[in-house]
Amino acid sequence: MEESKQLACNLSAYRSLFVARFVLLLQYRTAALAGIATQLFWGLIKVMVLAAFFSSSAEAQPMTLSQAVSYVWLGQALLVAVVPWSGDREIQAMIRSGAVGYDLLRPTDLYSFWLTRALAMRTAPVVLRALPLLTISLLLFPTLELNEWALAVPDSAAALIAFLLALIGAIVLSAALTMLLTVSMLWTISGEGINHLFPTLIIVFSGMIIPLPLFPDWMQPLLAVLPFSGLLDQPFCLFVGSLPPSALGQVLTHQAIWISIIILFGRWLVKRGVQRLVIQGG
Amino acid sequence: MNALQLYGRYIGVSVQAQMQYKISFGLQTLGHLGVTAIEFLGIWVLFARFGQLADWSIAEVALFYGLINMAFACADALGRGFDSFGKLVQNGDFDRLLLRPRSTVLQILGTELTLKRFGRLIQGLVIIGWSLSTLQIALTLPVLWLLSAAFVGSVALFCGIVIFQATLTFWTIESLEIMNILTYGGVETAQYPFSIYGRWFQRFFTFIVPLACVSYLPLLGVLNRASEFGVPLWVCFLSPWSGIVFLLLALRLWRIGERYYCSTGS
Amino acid sequence: MPHIVVEDLRKTFWVAEHAPGLWGAVRGLVRRNTRAVEALKGVSFSLERGELVGYIGPNGAGKSTTIKILSGILVPSSGRCRIDGRTPWHDRISHVARIGVVFGQRTQLWWDLPVIESFALLRDIYRVPPAVYRQTCSELIELLELEPLLVTPVRQLSLGQRMRCDFAAALLHRPDILFLDEPTIGLDAVSKLAVRKFIKALNQTQQVTTILTTHDMDDIEALCDRVIIIGGGEILCDGSLAQLRSQVSSRRHLRIDLQPGQLGGQLLRFPVAGVNLLNQVGDSVTLAFDPRQISAAALIHRITEHYDVADLFVENPPIEEIVAELYANERDPQRETTGGENGGV
Repeated sequence: MEESKQLACNLSAYRSLFVARFVLLLQYRTAALAGIATQLFWGLIKVMVLAAFFSSSAEAQPMTLSQAVSYVWLGQALLVAVVPWSGDREIQAMIRSGAVGYDLLRPTDLYSFWLTRALAMRTAPVVLRALPLLTISLLLFPTLELNEWALAVPDSAAALIAFLLALIGAIVLSAALTMLLTVSMLWTISGEGINHLFPTLIIVFSGMIIPLPLFPDWMQPLLAVLPFSGLLDQPFCLFVGSLPPSALGQVLTHQAIWISIIILFGRWLVKRGVQRLVIQGG
Repeated sequence: MNALQLYGRYIGVSVQAQMQYKISFGLQTLGHLGVTAIEFLGIWVLFARFGQLADWSIAEVALFYGLINMAFACADALGRGFDSFGKLVQNGDFDRLLLRPRSTVLQILGTELTLKRFGRLIQGLVIIGWSLSTLQIALTLPVLWLLSAAFVGSVALFCGIVIFQATLTFWTIESLEIMNILTYGGVETAQYPFSIYGRWFQRFFTFIVPLACVSYLPLLGVLNRASEFGVPLWVCFLSPWSGIVFLLLALRLWRIGERYYCSTGS
Repeated sequence: MPHIVVEDLRKTFWVAEHAPGLWGAVRGLVRRNTRAVEALKGVSFSLERGELVGYIGPNGAGKSTTIKILSGILVPSSGRCRIDGRTPWHDRISHVARIGVVFGQRTQLWWDLPVIESFALLRDIYRVPPAVYRQTCSELIELLELEPLLVTPVRQLSLGQRMRCDFAAALLHRPDILFLDEPTIGLDAVSKLAVRKFIKALNQTQQVTTILTTHDMDDIEALCDRVIIIGGGEILCDGSLAQLRSQVSSRRHLRIDLQPGQLGGQLLRFPVAGVNLLNQVGDSVTLAFDPRQISAAALIHRITEHYDVADLFVENPPIEEIVAELYANERDPQRETTGGENGGV
């Protein structure tokens, strides 16, 4: 009973946070347009570079050029949603100014409220950024007769559904990681270092820079175990067919395990942070 | 006090201010070094997988990569003030600059010399060093000329782009993220030899935004591969100047924008 | 010849607007409406060298537009302005080298630098010769008592301290004209007094022509011989403070707090010529009276005869009210009660 009340409360908080964020983003529509153009351009460079590399070698590769290209476009479209670039800057500013002290000492479940905020922050841009980009990369290039640069639709409906389910997991995982970045600011100095270095690791090991299947074979087991592959690589592989739809269970399990670990760790950090604030008096 | 001396004073002041936050500065430099190192890791991954890029080796690509990153690090450190120019206009601080009897370009260049970009600069330098020694390119006078002309031309071009981007703010008020295509996107593009790109793409970056002229062409001269692509050697020597021409055009446009700002007074 | 001459200055801005809310934002994607806003509708005045003038009016009246035009960073739509024979917006750089500007709301000092370093940088920006700089700087340090602040980074200064440093910064190049934009805003009483004393001294000893914009009537009363009031982009009044009060409204306010229980829910009854009831909340009553018909002393005497008074204050009507009254008179001359001539154009 208590649990379901909590859930309903979080859901409605999520909805209003999502709407607020969305309206805010709509106001910066030129920024959104610019963002789309930038992602498009970026994707284009990546596609051209990958095409040049693929044509330089006759050997069979772990994925085809067309699969790699689709992987790149999904990454460009969804990067705001699935890559935790930074923590929640508003909360971090509150932490820096010390204003967060009062919030921390209140009896409400701060972690789930902040996590809800992170989810809204990740999902609100999807409509404005992802859908236009996916549409362009799906339809524009074929009309320009640049078929090999286009996003290819999945082989089966099953692949698409598996992708969408894994994407939800990826967004939750991304929000959980965002929270780690946010909370690390409770430890000022090391927090700043973590906020500078951690996103870089995430960008590389999620597959944002180079699709993970193209990494050297000896690195593959490590990449598969790390949480970051659950952000981009595994959902995208379901989409392009590098992973069969039947692997969905495995992907979701991987995500679920990491989400629980990261959330438990984040909760523990918040608790420690509160204790520190109490001891140091803010 | 002439403009150059005054700029020196501004830089001194900016460094002094940044040094008050030493730990943050150190972490940011480290972070930057990490980011750029990992970017090169990406290129290494692709070469490990495919062996070569068209007929370019990783050491050759490293030369393009190192040069453009060094140039961008410098331009970014110099032109930070222009990068955040939108904020300056929005909160009215630009009026304060207009109230001082100096060119606004000088004052904005002087707002900040971002030291943390040095991470990227050092990384670029190391990679160029590795590239030149692996390819056993002797540092003869023509090679040094080509390298420094490419560097100066690229810095000028990137400065021109950030100034151009800031100039648009006079009309739009919101800062236009789209110009990142030319700065960050330009770096990404020029990390690889332009020959791998489509023809229209090469033309755009030669004749409209002369990115290929300031990096690719002179470096073809350094790598001694200009004739392969039908580029006369004198072109390699002259083309980097186009970066400076671009910068001068951007400054001219800036003056027009400033006059527009004073007549509308947003 | 006057130091500053302004003739028929006009400025029209074009403002983009979109309807509020989500739908408005979406529609704004497609087209934007623009609307003309006349910030100045023909402003003229002239100042002699060494004059100290209060330039007042409500927000959005055109104060800062005028100041921006006079300081050369905004070009008017039409009109003329000569300052020392220069047209400000024609040669910004040589003009701004001769003026000083102090904004109460923001500093021109470098946030992370010790004050003296900011001064040195300004010296280089304004090309002040070293000997002149040394002399001016030591004078200002003494006058404003800055000695103990010089090595402190600006971010650590209190608002009052920062304001004093900002004054020094604006005067290092010995300008002949000073624009002060709300220089006392947010200051505590002691700092306000110090700032006023400094402005007065500066104006008297150095003959710096000064234009002061402010919302604080005490600033005006302490400093200005002359006041220009602007409202809706037009000059409503130009003259001495006394003239202004007598022209527009000689009325003063008397606020009385009565001992409880005397009114019994009734309105205060007080039929005296030249006095009327402005408002009444509980036992607190505000009367407006005309001192030419009844003096404050007489009025207070009359009231204490009838009621037990707990406390009372005599106030000048706030500047907003004077301006509102001026503005109403401007539109509807019939309402003008005191018969004075409006505007000093």
